[in-house]
Amino acid sequence: MLASGIALHLSDVAASAPDPAGLLPARNQMALSLGWHIILACFGVAFPAIIFVMHLRGIRKNDQVALDLAKKWAKVSAVLFAIGAVSGTVLSFEMGLLWPGLMGTYGDVLGLPFAFEGLAFFVEAIFLGIYLYGWGRIPPKRHVLMVLPMAVTGIIGTYCVLAVNAWMNVPTGFNVIDGEITDIQPWKVLFNAHAFSQFAHMWVAAYMVVGFSIAGVYAVGMLRGRRDRHHRLGFIVPFIFATIAAVIQPFVGHLLGLGLGERQPAKLAAFELAETTTDGPSPLRLGGVIIDGEVKGALDIPYLGSIISQNSLTKPVPGLDTIPIEDQPPINLTHLAFQSMVGIGTMLMLAVLVYWFMRWRGTDLIGNRWFLRGAAIAGPLAVVAMEAGWIATEVGRQPWIVYGVMRTTEAAGDYTSSLWLLYGASVVLYGGMTIGAAIILRSMARRWRAGEGDLPSPYGPKRATASKGEQR
Amino acid sequence: MSLEVVVAVALFLGVIAYAVLGGADFGAGFFDLTAGGSRRGAPTRTLIDHSIGPVWEANHVWLIYVLVMWWTAFPTSFAAAMTTLMVPLLLALLGIVLRGASFAFRKNAETMGQARLFGSIFAVSSVLTPFFLGSVAGALASGRVPAGGNGDVWTSWLNPTSVFGGVIAVGTCAFLAGVFLTTDAERGGRERLAEQLRARTLLVGIATGATVFAALIPLNLDAPTLIDGLTGRAAALMALSALGGAATLVLLWRRRYAAARPAAVLAVASVVSGWGLGQYPWILVDELTIKEAAGATATLQGLLVAVALAGAIVGPALFYLFRLTQSKEWTHQEDH
Ligand code: HEM
Repeated sequence: MLASGIALHLSDVAASAPDPAGLLPARNQMALSLGWHIILACFGVAFPAIIFVMHLRGIRKNDQVALDLAKKWAKVSAVLFAIGAVSGTVLSFEMGLLWPGLMGTYGDVLGLPFAFEGLAFFVEAIFLGIYLYGWGRIPPKRHVLMVLPMAVTGIIGTYCVLAVNAWMNVPTGFNVIDGEITDIQPWKVLFNAHAFSQFAHMWVAAYMVVGFSIAGVYAVGMLRGRRDRHHRLGFIVPFIFATIAAVIQPFVGHLLGLGLGERQPAKLAAFELAETTTDGPSPLRLGGVIIDGEVKGALDIPYLGSIISQNSLTKPVPGLDTIPIEDQPPINLTHLAFQSMVGIGTMLMLAVLVYWFMRWRGTDLIGNRWFLRGAAIAGPLAVVAMEAGWIATEVGRQPWIVYGVMRTTEAAGDYTSSLWLLYGASVVLYGGMTIGAAIILRSMARRWRAGEGDLPSPYGPKRATASKGEQR
Repeated sequence: MSLEVVVAVALFLGVIAYAVLGGADFGAGFFDLTAGGSRRGAPTRTLIDHSIGPVWEANHVWLIYVLVMWWTAFPTSFAAAMTTLMVPLLLALLGIVLRGASFAFRKNAETMGQARLFGSIFAVSSVLTPFFLGSVAGALASGRVPAGGNGDVWTSWLNPTSVFGGVIAVGTCAFLAGVFLTTDAERGGRERLAEQLRARTLLVGIATGATVFAALIPLNLDAPTLIDGLTGRAAALMALSALGGAATLVLLWRRRYAAARPAAVLAVASVVSGWGLGQYPWILVDELTIKEAAGATATLQGLLVAVALAGAIVGPALFYLFRLTQSKEWTHQEDH
């Protein structure tokens, strides 16, 4: 393939230079801002469809509880989308600020998907405004439809961003001749072969994160004894979304992993903690770390490694011994992140299957405190799985930013270690935003429980009358 | 027009849209900040919530549009500007984050104390952010960004053109916001509020206009290429802008708010276009032309497809949103 040709061409160019002082803070900065934003982005992608179902139910069945939930969720989403939008803007800036080498060199190769993502985001922001402020102002049947475009743009936006990431993993659509990038085919980047499976995995992950998180809020409410219909409905609708996502996710993930051994052998070796290539089939290594070249604390299940990753009973997973040291990713972090993702994913799938099986047998586990406790932490677990997935993908691709073509050191800006100051400031900023959001969302929930409907702003002139209760 | 120029124009349309629409949202911060204590300022702040709440996120996307178009179509110039102007860009970014987050937080705040905290963060960051964006524009326009990037981290944006650019941006945003808010207040039947806003908007407008004239002398020395363009090719646009600004003031004075609004938009749109035309054909003045900076042809064509789609999809949707926000049902004050 084109990319592997390029890989051969360029792989030895920048191998030996020591990391510039600005590299590590830049990577941490990116990890922080991306890791934070991706959680909010999930809400942008998956929440609209969940709200839509609830809202539609409210209208169709004239179900006041459902309408009420949809309206509250819309208000919550307004807060989440706002911080999602601004934290996404941070990323646009950081692409250039932190990775000028990447953007300056490959901006016109990888840019087109971002243009379409921007378009999707535009439509999303517009309909968000229409939907949020449309309550009581647009005829209900039309109003409920205003949330649908957001679910669609969630698909397009996710696809476009993942297309860029897939391109970084499997670069195509250009050629390098004597260090010059030529023959650029942006559409090939947008529709690259790896994009769809990465998109599918992330899109489903978004529904897991949001579905489990929202359901978890109501699970906590039920644990505290609030078992009214409001809580049961608020639990079950997002839980159904999460169920579907959790059940298909392991399969989607498995499909995504097929061929990884050819695409990125170093990443696969790191995932599987394959220090050396085994003769014959490789085991599946659960847990464990490599210290001084030796695997410690792993539980080996024979054959399974080859079966899962190579679809074969005999073919071993090529070990890191086949890969030059300067091309190896940080193996322990990659391995543990990958296995946390898979472990949590498998667990969540089994858990939802147990719930529906029991329900089919006539027992609704909603009455069971242990189930509710589990449901309450499923959201955070899904978040951990998603973050771990990103760590596995991104750290596992190192030392490349564009696999086989550009090393992360070449992409980083010419900064000194003073970039750590920026990182420190960002930790404070993101910490502050997290605290702010938590305070506001909790106080909204508290006021709703106390029976306030509209949550007027404290300086609003109508405060005194509005807080007496529903006016409309 | 060559392909590169067409794409540059499309990009610059985004700059204009952001200056007008995003600018008005930023400018609201000025009136929020100067609205007075919590009781006296309540009507203004409620109006601001109501008037920018539904649109600010959509307006904000113009910035994303500009960034994406820039890095995709003119990648090296983007990297050069980013590495050189890191400080003002990071400060602008900080302002954008604080502004958006605290606006959303304030709207749902429970206590007056919270509302005051988030409100002041919102207002201060809204006022300051345009300064940094304006200083970035000044840096590009006065040739402070070397084609290879990594220009001087400080003098690139702490120079006469950048500082005036920043101050003018702050003033322009506030002026636009003032005109928009005054119109909204009047349409919502809040005469007293409209009167207050009108007076302040007039002051802001006069001050901003005076700054623009005062800027001409230092700019002449500091940014000769830009001034050449502004007084040459873009002279008509500059005149149009001056005319629009003056007309806005007169219309505001005579309480013809509905007409003042388009006049203000015209004034701002033409001064921003003037800047663009004035520095043509440079993308980084005196360093890199649009043609030199352009990326691959196939990518530029792809971008035009994206822009056309945006025109077809985003255009009508945006129109619908703006029409709704200007309609009767949306104008009455309570939020749902
Ligand atoms: C349960 C079985 C799962 C399997 C077999 C699996 C497999 C994979 C594989 C092979 C990759 C790609 C690594 C690469 O090629 O770079 C990946 C990436 C990723 N995984 Fe998983 N995964 C599973 C569960 C999950 C769950 C439950 C989540 C989150 C809720 C998740 C989130 C992610 C994310 C965000 C990425 C990186 C972005 C992307 O490629 O979409 N995964 N996963």
